[in-house]
Amino acid sequence: MENIFMGEYDIIVIGSGHAGCEAALASARMGHRTLMFSMNLEAIAMMPCNPSIGGTGKGHLVREIDALGGEMGVNIDKSFIQVRMLNTAKGPAVHSLRAQADKNLYHLEMKKTLEHTENLDLRQGEVTDIIVENGRACGVRTKTHTWYSAKAVILATGTFLKGKIFIGDAVYSGGPNGLASSEELGDNLRKLGIDLRRFKTGTPARCLGQSLDYGKMIPQSGDEPPVPFSFMDDQIGENKGLCWLSYTNEKTHDIIRQNFSRSALFGGQIEGIGPRYCPSIEDKVNRFADKARHQLFVEPEGLDTDEMYIQGMSSSLPEDVQQAFYSTIPGLENIRIVRPAYAIEYDCIDPQELKLNLEYRKIPGLFMAGQVNGSSGYEEAACQGLMAGINAVLSIEGRDPFILGRDEAYIGVLIDDLVTKGTNEPYRIMTSRAEYRLLLRQDNADQRLTEKSYRIGLATEERYQRTLAKKRSVEAEKVRLMNTWVDREKASEFLTAHGTTETEGRISLFDMLKRPQITYDDLSEVDGPDRPVLSYHERTGLEVEIKYEGYITKQLKQIERFKKLENRALPEDMDYENIEGLRIEARQKLSRVRPVNMGQASRISGVSPADINVLMVFLEKRRRERSLKR
Amino acid sequence: MEDTIAAISTPQGEGGIGVIRISGPGASDIIKEIFCPAGGKAIRELLPRHMYFGRITDNLTEAHKADNGCGGTDPAKHPLPALIDEAMVCYFPEPKSYTGEDVAEIQCHSSSVSLRKILSLVISKGARLAEPGEFTKRAFLNGRLDLSQAEAVMDLIKARTDKTYEVALDQLEGSFSRGIRAIRADLTDILVDMAVNIDYPDEDIEELTYEKLETGLRAAAGKIDRYLATCGTGKILREGLKVSIIGKPNVGKSSLLNALLREERAIVTEIAGTTRDTIEETLSIDGLPVILTDTAGIRDTDNVIEKIGVERSKDAFNHADLVIFTLDLSRPLDEEDLDIAEKLRGRKVIVFLNKEDMAEAVRRGEMQGITQENIAGLKELLPDAVFVEGSAREDRGLAELRDCIKNIVYTDRGESQSADIVTNVRHEKLLRDAKDSVTDAVALTESRQPLELIEIDVNTAYVSLGTIIGEETEGDIIDEVFRRFCLGK
Repeated sequence: MENIFMGEYDIIVIGSGHAGCEAALASARMGHRTLMFSMNLEAIAMMPCNPSIGGTGKGHLVREIDALGGEMGVNIDKSFIQVRMLNTAKGPAVHSLRAQADKNLYHLEMKKTLEHTENLDLRQGEVTDIIVENGRACGVRTKTHTWYSAKAVILATGTFLKGKIFIGDAVYSGGPNGLASSEELGDNLRKLGIDLRRFKTGTPARCLGQSLDYGKMIPQSGDEPPVPFSFMDDQIGENKGLCWLSYTNEKTHDIIRQNFSRSALFGGQIEGIGPRYCPSIEDKVNRFADKARHQLFVEPEGLDTDEMYIQGMSSSLPEDVQQAFYSTIPGLENIRIVRPAYAIEYDCIDPQELKLNLEYRKIPGLFMAGQVNGSSGYEEAACQGLMAGINAVLSIEGRDPFILGRDEAYIGVLIDDLVTKGTNEPYRIMTSRAEYRLLLRQDNADQRLTEKSYRIGLATEERYQRTLAKKRSVEAEKVRLMNTWVDREKASEFLTAHGTTETEGRISLFDMLKRPQITYDDLSEVDGPDRPVLSYHERTGLEVEIKYEGYITKQLKQIERFKKLENRALPEDMDYENIEGLRIEARQKLSRVRPVNMGQASRISGVSPADINVLMVFLEKRRRERSLKR
Repeated sequence: MEDTIAAISTPQGEGGIGVIRISGPGASDIIKEIFCPAGGKAIRELLPRHMYFGRITDNLTEAHKADNGCGGTDPAKHPLPALIDEAMVCYFPEPKSYTGEDVAEIQCHSSSVSLRKILSLVISKGARLAEPGEFTKRAFLNGRLDLSQAEAVMDLIKARTDKTYEVALDQLEGSFSRGIRAIRADLTDILVDMAVNIDYPDEDIEELTYEKLETGLRAAAGKIDRYLATCGTGKILREGLKVSIIGKPNVGKSSLLNALLREERAIVTEIAGTTRDTIEETLSIDGLPVILTDTAGIRDTDNVIEKIGVERSKDAFNHADLVIFTLDLSRPLDEEDLDIAEKLRGRKVIVFLNKEDMAEAVRRGEMQGITQENIAGLKELLPDAVFVEGSAREDRGLAELRDCIKNIVYTDRGESQSADIVTNVRHEKLLRDAKDSVTDAVALTESRQPLELIEIDVNTAYVSLGTIIGEETEGDIIDEVFRRFCLGK
């Protein structure tokens, strides 16, 4: 059967989830004709699991996506229900923003943005195959017997690829949230020689808010005023709703225990590997048997719906058991479930088969992003989509790839972890994964990344100018604080009032701000009339830089050491199999991952420090051989 | 660009001369810190490729370094610094050296004790132990080796690393590494708690309070301290326990030495004052290296040659970790014995009562000798001394003597004889690093700094401990390699 040619594009994106949206937007905004496929346009930027964006580490990713000119931060600022800054009891490096999202609004706002983006076409349809010619990805075929050509293809299939749903003993093919799975594409990817493996995840039930007794639960409100995710937003309005905290009890656990055997998880039907950090409730009860209760949050799915999400209670138990155990929870006694909890298993690749620019090594022109790479989470997906979009563009333009280092961004940490170390479970970002946590803060993402993105042609002029303006005013204010002195008596009175010790002589505002007890806002009490009005982003940036100066310097020094290996490039044409002196395991691992520099090579498990030494000597030898020939 | 590395460059075992090689920017400064040329002139700048003769010492004072040098010309003004070994030193500034960097070489006697001691000293002055093949690697990277040698260099690194890796594996089986793992497990607990508290603030988990954190950190610090406390013992295990056999002439000191060595080395005669020089022998008591010095009798003498011997005896005596005070039971206790006993007050002493075969005769009054009353008096004079009866000639009481020597090292420091004693200089350094980091973390905890700042120090300690057992790598992996497999070149 002849396929119908339907169009020529620079870049085709398969999938319209968080990765797909960012990939398509980045590519189109960088001036390339882009086509984004969606199995169903209603599923654009769908949040099939929790109705929230951000959180620890994830909030950092959103700020970085935003700083690079991505859409997630802007979009959640338009569609949040409530916003909280987490970890405020700890230092600024781990402050993390999280927003409850109005799911439908989030979807609609993203769809609107996509629809109005120049160079970008949306198309509802199921891609069934990737066309590879001369080893290069150059187009896609669809279920409706059409085909499209492209210079690069970005695969962002999320959990749709050969998706399988588990509820009790019911097992059937399906994608998330009642949508159809993508079957043929999975088969055809295997035919292209792409190794696929199975991961799993799950989601709790949704219920009607009117069936709950809020009097028995503890309300959780947002911060006032809500802090924006996007650097482009100064104010984003008010919080619009509450979340609710409740707990399971022994009765809940008894019911779950009695029905362990009816769980797909323990029944052995699920072969996929689930994340340790996101266990289902039956898993929690099983593994933490001595814990008397588990907490759960009841969260609104949106403002235009009565549906509520029961965070912390995902399950693959049969529906009668779900009804029974949810009803044991205070506030949920009369629960009316509208969507049952389920587990989902799906195809994903081994990310070690990717290059750091997210290109599939064996098929140039094919980029991959999101859950198909073995990650988990909207934010993790979105940042990969953004990076895949940027790199697909750079690759077809013949430009150098855009790689962020572990010392530059959480995005860099995430991609390096996936590509260099691989993962055995759906990968979630954590601030603990970053070596240079003090530098990779959510308050300085703009200063770290916007200029880079501007230089490659993604971040807008407006955003870049805003970044520069913030830098200027923070610097100017720093100088002003250093040169503004308060006499001893006045300063001592101020300092003791704020619970710190007095001063022996006059003291600058700068030195006062260095004390942990004093905030920038406090300083207004002793400041002069020339105190400027700073934006939220400027105030935070300034305060952190001054308070943590010493530690930041320390960490910068560590980075210098780290850079020594990171700056030693490894040529792409290295024939590791034939380097004498490398251990066999190292030869295999290096051939597989094909690191771009010594630093990356050293992070591959199975490559020993001695192997790195051998490599260094080998490279030097090769360099000299070549210079002799010249 | 690089740091300064050092290693014993000559093969282990018998040989006349041993060489310690230092390479890197600190090479000449380290030499200036530890080397005092004969003739006393202080070295301000080492002449390139010039051979110096002098002594290696670990207590070169500012006075020695300044002005008139190391005291050669005016001993009264600048007393001679204590000697570790006599040595020849040569300095090769970059680029004309083996590695292409600044290189200094110390030639000294080849005894492993002396070589290791000097190496420890060099390391204490800022060098770090070189990795297998590292000098060669640097030489290659700096263009000092020709291309054809490259393959050989890689093989060398590989071969040596495999070997050291085996050694490392051996160590992994030991209780020392189990102990390190245990401390590391404690830190893991803390790090995990921190990670969970930082990354999952909304979860229903136990809060990591500053109090709990402090308790955990202090416990880890305590465990690290216990290892650090063994470093003294470790030094003895590494460099040997210095034991001086002392006693008036002809009480059987040389016989005792020989009996302990089980071979006739010293000339043993009946004539007092035969041993005119100190004789130093190394023996192993169940793995404990013991450097045994048989001294010339400490007595006033007019004989010039013997006088030198007496001087040396006194020197050996002064530096000994343990003194074996030998008495002849068949000769009455005299003033000379009591003088020596007097000098031994406050020292670690084993009193060896030689010729116990004669004791019975003395007791029966058949011959003169040391009486039970004499011994009681000595015990009063030296209340901490251990008394062992035996006969060097008849090979009796020696097993007991050996046990006593051993016990002095181990029980003295409150430990059983186990593998849990830190003998390796590198391990000691890493343990100290870990301790420093934990101490920093405790200080930050006390001042209630944010968790993520404290975490940096805890993680640093964790990495240091991991490096000991080769389980964790730092950011700068190249340096890490060399710390991991460090057995010298």
